[in-house]
Amino acid sequence: MSKQRVVIVGGGLAGLAAAMQLAEDEIAVDLISMVPVKRSHSVCAQGGINCVNKFTRAQGDTEWNHFEDTVYGGEFLNNQPPVKEMCYWAPKVVDLADRLGVPFNRSPEGNLAVRRFGGTLYKRTVYAGASTGQQLLYALDEQVRRWEAEGRVKKYEFWEFLGPILDDRGVCRGCVAQDMFSLEIKAFPADAVLLATGGCGLIFGKSTMSMVCTGGASARAYRAGALYANPEFVQVHPTAIPGADKLRLISEAARGESGRVWVPRKKGDPRHPNEIPEAERYYFLEERYPKYGNLVPRDIATREIFAVCKDGYSVNPNTYAVYLDLTERATGVKAEVLRRKLGAILETYQKFRGVDPLSEPMQIFPAVHYSMGGLWVDYERDGHSGGLRLDSPRNQQTNVPGLYAIGEADYQYHGANRLGANSLLSCIFAGLIMGPAIRALFRDLPGGSVDKQPARLFEQAVGRCKEEMAALLRKDGPENPYRLHRELGELMTRNVTVVRNNAELKQTLVELDRLGERYERCGLSDRGPWTNQTLSFTRALGDMLMLAKVIARGALLRDECRGAHYKPEFSIAPPTAEQPDELREQARQWCRKYHAQNQQWLKTTLAKWTPQGAEFSYEPVECDSIAPRPRTYGLKGAEIIDEVWKAEVAEAAGQKAAAAH
Amino acid sequence: MSTPTSAGTILTVRVRRQDRPQDRPYTQIFEVPYQSDMNVISVLQAIAARPVTADGQATTPVAWDCNCLEEVCGACSMLINGRVRQACSCLVDELLRQGPEISLAPLTKFPVVRDLVVDRSRMFEALKKVRAWIPVDTYADIGPGPTISTEQQEQMYPLSRCMTCGCCMEVCPQFNDASDFIGPAPIAQAALFNLNPVGKMTASERLRALMGPGGITDCGNAQNCVKVCPKEVPLTWAIGKIGRDTTIEAVKRWLLK
Ligand SMILES: Cc1cc2nc3c(=O)[nH]c(=O)nc-3n(C[C@H](O)[C@H](O)[C@H](O)COP(=O)(O)OP(=O)(O)OC[C@H]3O[C@@H](n4cnc5c(N)ncnc54)[C@H](O)[C@@H]3O)c2cc1C
Ligand code: SF4
Ligand code: SF4
Ligand code: FES
Repeated sequence: MSKQRVVIVGGGLAGLAAAMQLAEDEIAVDLISMVPVKRSHSVCAQGGINCVNKFTRAQGDTEWNHFEDTVYGGEFLNNQPPVKEMCYWAPKVVDLADRLGVPFNRSPEGNLAVRRFGGTLYKRTVYAGASTGQQLLYALDEQVRRWEAEGRVKKYEFWEFLGPILDDRGVCRGCVAQDMFSLEIKAFPADAVLLATGGCGLIFGKSTMSMVCTGGASARAYRAGALYANPEFVQVHPTAIPGADKLRLISEAARGESGRVWVPRKKGDPRHPNEIPEAERYYFLEERYPKYGNLVPRDIATREIFAVCKDGYSVNPNTYAVYLDLTERATGVKAEVLRRKLGAILETYQKFRGVDPLSEPMQIFPAVHYSMGGLWVDYERDGHSGGLRLDSPRNQQTNVPGLYAIGEADYQYHGANRLGANSLLSCIFAGLIMGPAIRALFRDLPGGSVDKQPARLFEQAVGRCKEEMAALLRKDGPENPYRLHRELGELMTRNVTVVRNNAELKQTLVELDRLGERYERCGLSDRGPWTNQTLSFTRALGDMLMLAKVIARGALLRDECRGAHYKPEFSIAPPTAEQPDELREQARQWCRKYHAQNQQWLKTTLAKWTPQGAEFSYEPVECDSIAPRPRTYGLKGAEIIDEVWKAEVAEAAGQKAAAAH
Repeated sequence: MSTPTSAGTILTVRVRRQDRPQDRPYTQIFEVPYQSDMNVISVLQAIAARPVTADGQATTPVAWDCNCLEEVCGACSMLINGRVRQACSCLVDELLRQGPEISLAPLTKFPVVRDLVVDRSRMFEALKKVRAWIPVDTYADIGPGPTISTEQQEQMYPLSRCMTCGCCMEVCPQFNDASDFIGPAPIAQAALFNLNPVGKMTASERLRALMGPGGITDCGNAQNCVKVCPKEVPLTWAIGKIGRDTTIEAVKRWLLK
C-alpha cells in the first residue's frame, strides 16, 4: 500500500467509482459521506446510462457520434477533450458495470437491451428496469465494501465535510469533517481530497433531487478559493410529478419507450384525456420537431411545454402541466412490455398519484433536476488522440492543488445542457480516471507529502470550524431556517429557471440579499450537542444562499440564450419571411448574429469568491474537434438556418484553401 | 371511508421521541395543518418549520432519516401507526382513512440514535459477512461480462432492489439484539450473488457464512418479512433457496471429509 492517503467526500457513483479504483491501485482511502453511501442520491437515477453498443454500431453509430451528440446537446459549452475521452470510454464503463453484476435488461439473445434517450437518434442507453442508478450504485457500493473488508477503504458515514485544509502555499492538505451524531469535529490529513458531493438542487426548494443535494460541500470549497464554473446552467426536467416535499421524476425513459407528450387541441378541454380522440390531441413536440419528436433534449422540451402552457393549453388550471401518455392506445406498445421496462417509474406514479399510468395519461410538470455548473476542474489534452492524457494529475483537479472534484459536483462534461443518461456515465468515468491521475500526483507531490505538515495546520483548521459551529449554535433570532429555505426555493424557482430576464434577475439579487440579512437573524430551534440536524441544515442554508447569488448573478451577466439558459430578451429572431430570397437573407442575418454571440459568449463562466461577493471572469471553451453550429434539432421552419450555415462554412473553407495556395 | 380531507384541517401527530441512545423515550403531540399531496416526510418538515407541541411548548424539531424521498434509498423506515414502512411513500390521505391521528415511532430492532433515527450498521456489516459482491479480477477493461438470459435477469433484478431499509428485519421474530440471526435481507443478497454466473464460483463462501449460528437455520419461516418489504424482494424464495443450498453444501463438505 502507498503511504499516501486520499480522502473522498461523497459516496454516490462518482465517489464510489474513485474509491474502488484507488483501492485496487493500493492507495488508502478515507470515504466521508453524510448518508450511508448506499443511500446516496445516485440511487434515484432511473432511465439508464449511455454508450455506443453492438446494436447502434450495426447501424453505423460510433463513439464519435456520441461525442458529437453530447457537445451539440451542450450547445458547445463543454470542453471537447474530456467529453471525447468520456464517450470513447463509455462502452468500457458499461462492460465493467456488467461484470460487476448490474442486472441490466437483456435482449432475447442475452445482449444488453437498449433504448433511446433524448438528443440522439440512436438507441444508445442501457438500463436496469427503471432503477438504473440504484443498480449501478449498488454494484459499486458492493465493490467498495469488499475493499473495506480488506482494510483498504475506511468509511465515515454520517460525517459531514466542513471544508478543505490549505497550507500557506494554498495546497490542499486534507479536510475537516464533523460526526453528525456526536458533533465531533476532526481533521482528515490527506495528500489529495476528492469532492464527489453531487448537485445543488435544493437551492430551488423542491426539485427532483435528494435531501443532501444542497451544494454545501461545493460552496465550502468555493469559499476556500476553488473556482465555481457555469453556475447559471441548471437543468429543468420536463417531466416530473408534484408532491408537498419533492418533485418526483418520471424518467425520459418513458418517452424513450414510446411515451408521447400532448395537450388537447381545445384549450381547457374538460373531458377526461382518455375520451379525447386522436385528431383532437396536439402532439406538439412531434409536430414541431419531426426528426427528434418527443426526444428533443430537455431544455427544448421544457421550453416547449412552458410555451404551450403559457398559450393556455395547460391541462391543470393551477399550474403548467401537460400529458405524458404511455397507454397502449397512444404508444401501440403492450402494457406488459412497458411494465418490464419501466416498472419502477410506473410504480412511482401509481404510489404518489394513485393512478396507473398505463390506463390513463400522466399529468406532468417541469422540475429542477441537475446542475451542469459546478466546481471548475482542469484536464490535460492528449495531442495525439484529442482526448485526455490519463496519467496527468491535472485531470479533474480544481484550481486548488490537491483538491479534486468529480461527478455532478464538477462542471466538466455537459456544457449548457446535459443529455439524459450521460450523467451516470460522467460520474463513473470521472471516478475511474482518478486512479491514474492520483498515481501521477503521488509520483511527484508538489510541496512534499502531508505527514511533513505541522500538526498546527490541522489544529487551527479544526479550531476555526469549532468557532463557526459555536457561532451558529448561539443564533437565537426570530427567523426559522426551514421557512427561509422555502422562501429561497420559491424565489429561485420563480425567477431563475426556465425563462429568465434581467429585470427579474436583478430583483432576485436584491431579494437574496434580504434573505441573507434575515439568515443572520435566524434562530436554531435545537442547540443541543447530539444529532443536531438543525445545525447541519442551517449551515447548508447559508451555503445555499451564497450559491444562489452566484447562480443568479451568472444568469444576469450572460446576455444570450444557450442550452438551459434562456433569456428571451436576447434570443435571435428566427427567419419567417414568405419570399425565398428574403427568407434566405433573414437566415444569413440569423447566422451572423449567432456567430457574433458565440464570439462573445462561447465561454465558461468562472466565479471566484471574494469577501464582497463573487468576482466573475470568462474563459474560452476548447472546441478543437467539432465546430459550433446552430442548434436547431430539425425544428420545422428552421431548415433554412442549417442550410445557410452549411453554405457559409463551406464558403469560408473554400476561401481559406484559396488563400493558402 | 371518510370524506376527502379539506384544507384547514389540522392533523394530530403523535411522535415517540428519545433525546439520546441511553435516554428514556417520551411522546410529544404536534398539530400540523393539512395540505393536499402530503406525505409523512412533509409532516415532519412542517414540524421542523414550527417546532411547537400541541400544548404550545417550544421544542426541538424531530430528528429523522431520509434522503431520496421516493422510496429508493431505504433511509426513512419507521413505524407509522404501528406499521413498519417508508415515511416518504406514506401518504397522509391514506393514513387519514385509517383514523384521525398519525403516530410515528422509531424501528424497535435497531438502537435508537435520536427520535426516529436508528443505527442500522448491523445490516451493512452483515453484507460483508455474506460477501455480497462479485469478486472480479480487475477494474481494467478486459471485455464484457457473461451473457445472461432475460430469465436470469428477471430472477436477479428483484433481489437486487433491496435498499437495506430494515423493514423485514423489524418484523422478523428471530431478529433482535439478543439473537445473532443475520436476518432476511442479507440472506437474499447471498442468494442474489449466488445466481450470478461469476458470483456462483464463490457460492460456497456465502453459503458457509450462513451455515453456523446466526445463519439460515435460525429462520423460523414465519414469513413476516416478505409481507412488509416495500420493494417486494422475494425473501421467502431466497430463504428457501439458501436453505436447500446450504444443506447440499453441508453434505458436500461431509463427503469431502
Ligand atoms: C430523479 C433523478 C433521475 C436521474 N436519472 C438519471 C439517469 O437515468 N441517467 C443519468 O445519467 N443520470 C440521471 N440522473 C442524474 C444522476 O443521477 C446524478 O447526476 C448522479 O447520480 C450524481 O452522482 P454523484 O456521484 O455526483 O453524487 P450523488 O449521488 O449526489 O452523491 C453525493 C454524495 O456526497 C455526499 N455529500 C454531499 N454533501 C456532503 C458533505 N457536505 N459532506 C459529506 N458528504 C457529502 C452524499 O452523502 C453522497 O454520498 C438523475 C437524477 C435524478 C434527480
Ligand atoms: S421467514 Fe420469518 S424468521 Fe425467517 S427471516 Fe422471514 S420473518 Fe424472519
Ligand atoms: S429485503 Fe425489502 S424490507 Fe428487507 S431491507 Fe431489503 S428492501 Fe428492505
Ligand atoms: S427517503 Fe429514501 S426511502 Fe424514503
